Amino acid sequence: MERSESAGPGGPLSGLRVVELASSRACFAGKLLAIYGAEVIVVEPPGGHETRHWAPFAGDVEDPERSLWWWHYNTNKLGVTIDLDDRAGADALRSLIATADIVVESEMPGVLAAKALDYPDLRSLNPAMIWVSVTPFGRSGPRASELSTDLTVLAGGGPVWSCGYDDHSIPPVRGGGNQGYQTGSIFATMSALTAVLHRGATGIGQFIDVSLHAAVNVTTEAATYDYLVAQRTVQRQTGRHASVRMTTSSFAEAADGRTVHSGVPPRSAAEYQRLVDWLDDEGVREEYGEAFFLEMGVARGGVQLNEIATDPEAQAIFNAGREAIRFMAERSTAYEFFMGAQHHGIAATVVYSPEEVLSDPHFVARGFPVEVEHEDLGASYTYLGLPFICNGSASQLRRAPRIGEHNGLLG
Amino acid sequence: MTTVTPAKSAALSHIRICDFTGQLAGAGATRWLAALGAQVIRIEDPVRQGKWDILRGNEPFQDDRRGIELGGGFQNHNVEKLGITLNLRTDRGKELLRQLVEISDVVSENFAAGVLERWGFDYPALRAIKDDIIYVSNCGFGHTGPYRSFRTWGPIVQAACGLTFSSGLPGLPPAGWGYSYMDHHGGNIMAIAILCALVHHQRTGEGQWVDMSCTEAGAALLGPVVLDYTVNGRPLRRTGMPNSNRSQFPPMAPHGIYACTGDDDWVAVSCRDDHDWVRFAEVMAQPWCGDARYATLAGRLAHEDELDLAIDAATRSWNKFDLAARLQAVGVPASAVQKPAERIDADTNTSAWGLWPTVEHREMGEVRVDGEPAHFSETDWVIARGAPCLGEHNEQVFGELLGMTTAQIDDLRTDGII
Repeated sequence: MERSESAGPGGPLSGLRVVELASSRACFAGKLLAIYGAEVIVVEPPGGHETRHWAPFAGDVEDPERSLWWWHYNTNKLGVTIDLDDRAGADALRSLIATADIVVESEMPGVLAAKALDYPDLRSLNPAMIWVSVTPFGRSGPRASELSTDLTVLAGGGPVWSCGYDDHSIPPVRGGGNQGYQTGSIFATMSALTAVLHRGATGIGQFIDVSLHAAVNVTTEAATYDYLVAQRTVQRQTGRHASVRMTTSSFAEAADGRTVHSGVPPRSAAEYQRLVDWLDDEGVREEYGEAFFLEMGVARGGVQLNEIATDPEAQAIFNAGREAIRFMAERSTAYEFFMGAQHHGIAATVVYSPEEVLSDPHFVARGFPVEVEHEDLGASYTYLGLPFICNGSASQLRRAPRIGEHNGLLG
Repeated sequence: MTTVTPAKSAALSHIRICDFTGQLAGAGATRWLAALGAQVIRIEDPVRQGKWDILRGNEPFQDDRRGIELGGGFQNHNVEKLGITLNLRTDRGKELLRQLVEISDVVSENFAAGVLERWGFDYPALRAIKDDIIYVSNCGFGHTGPYRSFRTWGPIVQAACGLTFSSGLPGLPPAGWGYSYMDHHGGNIMAIAILCALVHHQRTGEGQWVDMSCTEAGAALLGPVVLDYTVNGRPLRRTGMPNSNRSQFPPMAPHGIYACTGDDDWVAVSCRDDHDWVRFAEVMAQPWCGDARYATLAGRLAHEDELDLAIDAATRSWNKFDLAARLQAVGVPASAVQKPAERIDADTNTSAWGLWPTVEHREMGEVRVDGEPAHFSETDWVIARGAPCLGEHNEQVFGELLGMTTAQIDDLRTDGII
């Protein structure tokens, strides 16, 4: 089933109305709900939300209608402007929220309460609504008022400790893309939809308190459970899992100078056979010179992890397997290596930069890159598509709203 | 005052999942659903002792004991689920699966593309069993397209989607992610896929197939940087980039991770604007703080390498927690880079949240696990029961749900069906 046709208007969430107070932390939650069909109304202050002023801008022209952050995170939303500090504005927000199935906001604790616009103030208007708050440390808790950015969230919550280089005199690294904010938004989306299903069965709405700090704390894999289960502390390594023991490098440099990920060194007989086949198919068995060990690996039924340290033969086989993959990488372009490895059943890949994904034939064939019309600028641009495909329907993306574009909704 | 923890959350108590997911990229999805009250029936292979999930029986271990019931990762990712065994090489195994599908809302799996199809349970087949079934598949490259058969695991997905490349410092290879970030979010986004399909079903009565490619889900987490290329022609693969401890979206400076006293101790600091810079400079109290070149964001960005070196030299005399607290006190976002013991056992906010619940596992006993980062006012998550041992809930599922007698279940066991 290809993404060739639309499943009709809406997508799975059509019929749901979401009121989102514009923010940097929860904008991705609103986007996820919007691209799957919810009617998401993003509320900005007059003049536009702060993130509209964030560089970079389209064409590097500073303009609140040209912020790429705004464009990406607000596709498929409707936009209204409301001044929450003025009485008429507060009334307009109340009227809007009275019609909402879901409210998503990311104000710091106390900010909405001070305006009498928090969940307890508005609940009686719409008892069945689902209100999702996304804050750095949760609505209460001892650190609730601490200031944060994506960097400090990821530093305090665990991810940064696990990322960086073998050389620990180099600082640990925050992964790119504001993933702390997006992690919180992903959990906010999971929460909102879970509450929608509960409400559908019972009619009951509720308040949901999402903490970015908690969200990144519980998404660090073994860094957390190695400590919880065995009181061990993982250490960061270049381009591979932080670990209690150093592991061997998983990167190699291809002939075109690009980095490839060589996967886990093979240990099973089947994997050694596939490597031999790959060398033969490329006609480089002689050039590699160590294929003998790979065949030994086939003959002895693979090697066990515990043998590698103690048995010289197992060690030679293991090293030959790892080196064969490196050898193949060094004599091909990164992409040729990726294709060669995968066509021989070996889990390895090119390391793409984000923009390179868009021109890869697989993602193009699946319709992942999507053209979005900016009729206001007389242009269209390629955006990333949807994270999953519902019933084979095509990605439908609509450009982000201009400031106050849908103020007509306010009546 | 005593509070009574309910046995299960009521949020999804009306939902039943026939679950083939494993590892973390799949198991993480149904972990959330189970913590929020769904009945998740995890199916494992009795012949291979559940080892199609490589985490089953793998380290970390709690003590000197080893075995398929004692793997720490498997236990963490499968709390609150029911576990049954089913040999799908046999006709009777397949018939029992058909009966389970009939009474389920969702079938979820993250096998390589084509596995369920080979067993005779692709979407059309599932639909023939139950017309409104929801089928959610999650694999590295999705179930369509030229790479559908390619092999992946977390780090391969991350490298292929741009996430690995996006994490690093100039002049060095990618730092990447020191864990399977996309196993967590593969699981979480798969949970969103399942929930979307359930919401649609609630409204229309229709089932559907959701095809998730973990690589696309990962690429979708890199939006603004991709637009900078498609709109402005500025690729991330360019000299001096990536530089992910700095902030390009939006530009901020200083914005980085700096050395402190202590072994591998670091502090993260973000100056969002000139206001933050002035306060940061007051705390640092160094001669360079008054340098006119640093008075504006444009100036700080133009001389960021030099500024970062100066900051790093100054922070080396600070304790990371003291400096972060001092900066927070004057309104500058800052945080220590916390080690696992610090954020798990010494962070007042994670304990106040109840972020590390203790579960009871049949073989391991009491174990702490990840909690959930959202609290629900009416139907909060409950994580109390450990991961299922192999076939732990065979009697409950085949007996109570499928109406089989104890003797019939014994026969299944004798015949190698479960």
